Amino acid sequence: MRIFEIAAFAVRGLTANKMRSGLTTLGILIGVASVILLIAVGNGASSAVQQSIAGLGTNILTISPQRAQPGSTAKPLTTADAAALVGQDSPDVRYASPVVSAQATAGYGDTTHDIGQFVGSDPRYFDTTNSAVAQGNLFSDNDVQQARKVVVIGSTVATQLFPGIDPIGKSMLVNNIPFTVVGVLAAKGSSGLQDADDLAVAPLTTTQNALTGYGSLTQIVVQARSADALPDAQAQVTTILNGRHKIAGTADYRILSQDQLLTARTATTETFTVLLASVAAISLLVGGIGITNIMLVTVTERIREIGIRKAVGAPRSSILGQFLIEATLLSLFGGALGVAAGVIGSRFTIAGIQPVLVPSSVLLAFAVSALIGLFFGSYPASRAAKLRPIEALRHE
Amino acid sequence: MSPVIEVRDLRKTYGSGDTAVHALRGLDLTVQKGEYIAIMGASGSGKSTLLNILGCLDVPSGGKYLLDGIDTGEFDEEQLSLLRNRKIGFVFQSFNLVPRTTALANVELPLVYAGVRRAQRRERALAALDLVGLADRTHHRPNELSGGQQQRVAIARALVTSPAIVLADEPTGNLDTDSSREVLGILDRLNASGRTVVLITHEDEVAAHAMRTVRVVDGRVAGVLV
Repeated sequence: MRIFEIAAFAVRGLTANKMRSGLTTLGILIGVASVILLIAVGNGASSAVQQSIAGLGTNILTISPQRAQPGSTAKPLTTADAAALVGQDSPDVRYASPVVSAQATAGYGDTTHDIGQFVGSDPRYFDTTNSAVAQGNLFSDNDVQQARKVVVIGSTVATQLFPGIDPIGKSMLVNNIPFTVVGVLAAKGSSGLQDADDLAVAPLTTTQNALTGYGSLTQIVVQARSADALPDAQAQVTTILNGRHKIAGTADYRILSQDQLLTARTATTETFTVLLASVAAISLLVGGIGITNIMLVTVTERIREIGIRKAVGAPRSSILGQFLIEATLLSLFGGALGVAAGVIGSRFTIAGIQPVLVPSSVLLAFAVSALIGLFFGSYPASRAAKLRPIEALRHE
Repeated sequence: MSPVIEVRDLRKTYGSGDTAVHALRGLDLTVQKGEYIAIMGASGSGKSTLLNILGCLDVPSGGKYLLDGIDTGEFDEEQLSLLRNRKIGFVFQSFNLVPRTTALANVELPLVYAGVRRAQRRERALAALDLVGLADRTHHRPNELSGGQQQRVAIARALVTSPAIVLADEPTGNLDTDSSREVLGILDRLNASGRTVVLITHEDEVAAHAMRTVRVVDGRVAGVLV
């Protein structure tokens, strides 16, 4: 019979000061909502990265040059290296695309745009990176051989440089060299950390001529015959490159499979998620301290009331219960609203990332908010319950 | 018949060492069932301390206090709260109603802690309010009632549990003459119906309502006037 009555006293206590209860609830609401939302954003970022890597296909190896160590004689990756990777010694390698990339400023008319990534490669590059053409055409092997100044642009570049204009056939200036736009790629969306559509792809030869020069390649993208043949292809590539670069000890290049790339990128986004979650946890803690503060004020303000209740025979347990229930209700209510806010908020795209809800984070945040009520409410509540009736009544 | 209140060599000391204040220095008092007693004394004589101890709101530093034959010295806080709830009705000078709570809810409060069911609680609280003449003010909050009405609500709260004793600490101290007369009339009626009443006052007219007056001087009973 009692617990129900005591809960009714608690509810009356909370509604007696709606403004204060509301503000305390707001503290917990923000804490819980930010935990849920920030974890969802972190999770969304990492799944976007995973998807973009998964888009590469499971039969891809990327070879990148290792930074030369002092005293060592690191050789650059060259077009010749890429060409040597396809042949009789490597039956499991289907193709190897040499890739250079640079930053470049593009201009059309009065408009200029800094392109995130200006890539030089061959037509296979589109295949290995899962890029489809939305408008116009891709360039051909012939364009590569002739070093024609043609370029395929990503959708971001298209909207930035050619707002409302059909870019196909237009001449755009890249670092003051005119390139003819032959195609626009289909939009891929943001991967969270960079805009995958902010790029332009031109023939390798043209790019080397105009932008990067004939130094080391940025990458060689190797396509194996199948996903199963990937380990064999990796062994063959290693043998060939070791031979060409005369490697005895540490290699001056690095081979990453899609799996390894995934692991490396996932580790980065996990750090990102942990960082976000800890910021959110701090705001939840601050909300909890807010509850303690409010409960302490409430108890102090109502010491006379506590004295009256004790004078008419309220046992310690019911005073304790009343204030614990008040604190727990505050945090549960705030927690429930916070869950609602977090779930609704995660439906919107935040900073280019589509958040992905983690169900366990919702449960965790809600449980923590309930516990915060119990934990941070227990100190003021037990202080209230321990008062002698006469001391409480004399309190002004 | 055993007395309702039996106090032997009651002592209460506040603080310790040189700054210790001896509020009660070995006070003896016996109150029989159905008695109406007025306690008088100068301020600082220890009369309020005595009433607080009788009401189990405070604990003595020494001596014995038997309430209805029960030695309260052996009770812990939990048992004392039960005692306050079942045996004692306390009326304060400053009313001490729970703010922002209706008269009815205030009177029901001791019954809630006694575990009385809702329907019976309401019935008994309404009967108590009727007894003090406030049947038409049940849903008013303390700030909507006059001082005299508030004190009558407080008396209704004190008697709703049918306690063994009703203790009143200067119940008319904050009231005008008319309200005082009403409150004293209620206490008279309570006593006439067999309830034991102990009140503190410094007014002789108030003390005149009692059967006997106990004078407290320097923490001891100085004399009993019948």
